[in-house]
Amino acid sequence: MTAPAITAAQAGLVSCESCHLVSRPAGAEEPGFCPRCGEELEFRRRGSIEATWALASAAAICYIPANLLPVLNTITPQGSDADTIMGGVIFLYTSGSWPLALMVLIASVMIPLGKLVSIAYLLITVQSGSVKSSRERTRLYRIVVFIGRWSMLDVFVDTFTVALVQLQPLMSVQPGLGVLFFAAVVVLTMLAAESFDARLIWDSANPYEPAHGK
Amino acid sequence: MKFSESVACPDCDLLQHIPPLDPGRKAACARCGRLLAKQPSGSRDLPLALTVTAAIALIIADTLPLMDLHVVGRFASTTIPGGAYEMWLQGQLLVSVLVLFCAVIAPAGYVLFMLVLLLAARRTPVPHWAAEMLRWLGHLQVWSMLEVVMLGVLVALTKIAQLATVDPGIGMYGFGATILLIPAIMTNFDRREVWQKVAWGDGEMPSRAAPAAPVARGRK
Repeated sequence: MTAPAITAAQAGLVSCESCHLVSRPAGAEEPGFCPRCGEELEFRRRGSIEATWALASAAAICYIPANLLPVLNTITPQGSDADTIMGGVIFLYTSGSWPLALMVLIASVMIPLGKLVSIAYLLITVQSGSVKSSRERTRLYRIVVFIGRWSMLDVFVDTFTVALVQLQPLMSVQPGLGVLFFAAVVVLTMLAAESFDARLIWDSANPYEPAHGK
Repeated sequence: MKFSESVACPDCDLLQHIPPLDPGRKAACARCGRLLAKQPSGSRDLPLALTVTAAIALIIADTLPLMDLHVVGRFASTTIPGGAYEMWLQGQLLVSVLVLFCAVIAPAGYVLFMLVLLLAARRTPVPHWAAEMLRWLGHLQVWSMLEVVMLGVLVALTKIAQLATVDPGIGMYGFGATILLIPAIMTNFDRREVWQKVAWGDGEMPSRAAPAAPVARGRK
């Protein structure tokens, strides 16, 4: 790269989040709308840090009942049996399919937790104005965005188990309240990752002038 | 079609110039490594052919049984929408809607929008409503989780296989085909080219020589 590193915001330009057209904003306060696709323009996503904190905190709260409450209730003539997410993992492990058990453990327990920790780390480093390892932090953000959807795995496992095992009066499976909280964790962490603006990671190294706040 | 353009990296806002790319080549951000542009190597009609195939496969996947279950003379089967419906019947309304959205509505919307967009993009300039669809495609892509659904179905099958005989149904083949076709559409679809040809919001088509930083409009 020969040209000096300069961001669009430093050059007084704004990049459309939808079609990626770089254009001159209508004003520093109100950049207006993208001339090509009509999307509302923003130098940085408005209220990104606050929204991300709020969504991630809500997800962290839901993570507790998601793991403590049963996701599936198996009802047989002998009685009923409640399974939590970890119970499902242990069932898969003891029934001999440890690769599947590992997959569900990673998707349902480790990924949501890892995402929450990563998002908190990104927010804290942005707020403290860190300029270190920006490239690695951006990569971490991209991993968080990419991997988030796989946490939905357990919701789909529960859905199709419930859909198939309806053999009343022999045996039936009903969804528990845990699945609702678990789905909430996944959706909230995905929304948190979407609302975080990765460009904030680089703004400490490349501060820009416009009056428009972060 | 080859062209060069100036972009700001969506992840770090660095301004940079993307040179004309040869087919199959990619451009990544010089600072943070984010993929900025790629030039598909296939024929320009390939995405359309793939999308039509995906539409057929998706109809099969959503309407025919995914799996059949036999246990002591009892028989049960389910489809993808059937799974969401059973969750609704069992009182998990929000989860049911979420499953329906991620497993049925978002993938179907993605394929349908892509089909209409590709047909519209054969015209120059590309009509402005097609640009709206391209914007929506990005959102649908995030929530379309067919590959995760497939893994979920497989795990559920493994769990149930302990108790009953489970056979994959015809829907499963359509489902598998769709999962392979959607990423193939994504890699072969040239969204940059469509954006270059699209009619702008005010109905004007900018000349190819227009500067990368056009005159801004005020509020609508």
